[in-house]
Amino acid sequence: MDISWDLLLNAIAAGLLLGAFYAAVTAGVSISFGMLDIVNIAHPAFVILGSYIAYFFNINFGIDPILVSIVAMPVFFLLGSAVYQVYYLSFEKRGQESLRGLAFFFGLLFVTEVTLILVFGVDYRYVEAAYIGPSIHIGIVDLPLRMLVPCLAALALFSGLQLFVTRTFIGRAIMAVSQDQLALQLMAVDPIRIKRIAFGLSIATAAVAGALLIIIQPIEPSVGREYIGRVFAICVLGGLGSMPGTLVAAMLLGVVESLTSTFYGPSWAPAVSFGFLLLTLAFRPAGLFGR
Amino acid sequence: MIAVNTAKFSLIMIAAGAVVMAFAHWVHVDYLYFASYTILQFIVLATAWNILGGYCGYVNFGSAAFFAMGAYSSVFMHKFFPVPIPVLIVIGALVSGTAGLGMGYLTLRLRGSFFAIATLALAVVLQTLVVNWDFVGGSRGAYIIRPEELEFAGITINYIEYLFFLMLSLAVIALITARTIERSQLGFGFATIRDDELAAEASGVPTLRVKLIATTISGAFMGMAGAPFPYYIGYLQPSSAFGLEYAVNSIAMPMIGGTTSWVGPLVGAILLGSAQQYATVTISSAVNLLIVGLMLVGFVIIAPNGIVGLVQERLRAWRKP
Repeated sequence: MDISWDLLLNAIAAGLLLGAFYAAVTAGVSISFGMLDIVNIAHPAFVILGSYIAYFFNINFGIDPILVSIVAMPVFFLLGSAVYQVYYLSFEKRGQESLRGLAFFFGLLFVTEVTLILVFGVDYRYVEAAYIGPSIHIGIVDLPLRMLVPCLAALALFSGLQLFVTRTFIGRAIMAVSQDQLALQLMAVDPIRIKRIAFGLSIATAAVAGALLIIIQPIEPSVGREYIGRVFAICVLGGLGSMPGTLVAAMLLGVVESLTSTFYGPSWAPAVSFGFLLLTLAFRPAGLFGR
Repeated sequence: MIAVNTAKFSLIMIAAGAVVMAFAHWVHVDYLYFASYTILQFIVLATAWNILGGYCGYVNFGSAAFFAMGAYSSVFMHKFFPVPIPVLIVIGALVSGTAGLGMGYLTLRLRGSFFAIATLALAVVLQTLVVNWDFVGGSRGAYIIRPEELEFAGITINYIEYLFFLMLSLAVIALITARTIERSQLGFGFATIRDDELAAEASGVPTLRVKLIATTISGAFMGMAGAPFPYYIGYLQPSSAFGLEYAVNSIAMPMIGGTTSWVGPLVGAILLGSAQQYATVTISSAVNLLIVGLMLVGFVIIAPNGIVGLVQERLRAWRKP
């Protein structure tokens, strides 16, 4: 087969842009699942919620979706803290997180999705902004701003998170709680408080990820389900909780997905992440950057 | 409770099934067959889910995928080489059971949550596969022309009554299997894994093998429940076979009914199933799914042992005043 070079290069470029966005969606799961060991399968539902909030303010007041999401972050933080508090009191404290905790998050996922369907319907929704439409050209590679802006925002979010967890006291405490909760308690730090903050933070990233999602593609409430496989595949491949690992894994998945949809058709793209997940679990369960 | 052994229990269940069948035949309303077929199907799905989820403690979010595998293997056979539905049920069991075994083998050696995540992704991927596979209808769906009647040994049977009978038998078989497992050595193995897997392993329970048996049986029953579905619905499209209601109901029904015994999924499926049949007709199907979701969240927080657990507590309090 004669591979066309500009098609290949464009697919790789699009994949890298997409990968950075995937990293933003996965960032929250890297914190909750990777560091805190909370299997928050409802994370994509929070992302979609973020998308609809961006949509609502964009359509009604013409505010930039990314700006809306930054303002929404504290609200999502509080929401996440509240969810963790319920989770802790009902399941983690009683040692029932494996069965009932999972069912709880599944229920949340489901309730959020159905509520969004009831409020907004199942039509595809999109936002309007100046950067949706034009693209810049570097040589033969097209970089649509619709992808480039979310990519840059995602990288900014990601670097911010990385700085936060490595440089600040709370961030280091989050890393510590993921390694040894008891030791943290002995240092007179309340691990539950740290976990509540960390989980709040993970949900806060969903607000931004959601705004980026609706910039990239029109959405409807059940789009989130496609992301469950993706985010967990990336998180596991990146080595559970390793931020640089998550970024690399996300880029890798983005490129492979983009190549798949260019050369085999977009309808096959969702299957890629599952293949990634199964291969990782079968051959290197610790992930690329696993400890 | 009076001690009832497996043989007696099986006889009681078969007798109960016969009574239901006779009653349905006596009433003889087509709508009743259609509505109760759905409830019976949920009894099979909920019981199958509970064999892995309730007894072993491993959550399967991919019930819809296993169900759809059964349904689509029927569609495949229908086009490729038509065979009677009981044979299709066996094929569905083989396909979904094998899938359960494979998924279990890849993910159960690792952390427990990996299995849950993999099953969640499985549904999305299988749907992608089916959408791209034109032989079984692709995204357009497949028509399965259902005959009006069935000739069997000189007697003509109404076709929906025949489907109803098959699903009723499956429900009886699933319940007998679940209860037999519960009281067998295998069931005790499941319970040790649910309570403390490390301790089980240390006491010599072959945990991986026991877990794989559970995923296989559970998957096989879900496939069996799905196999007659194309004939029931007449037109199978990916979004109906992979419907979210199967995933959520097969978790919600045992969770709401109670996960520790075979009674829980039965109670949950009958209650939620009939409530949903009623709500779909009177309100809308989105609202009724919302109610199921809210009930699931509410029950796992407030009543972790479900309705059966609540009743048992009440009984205990009543016996010891």
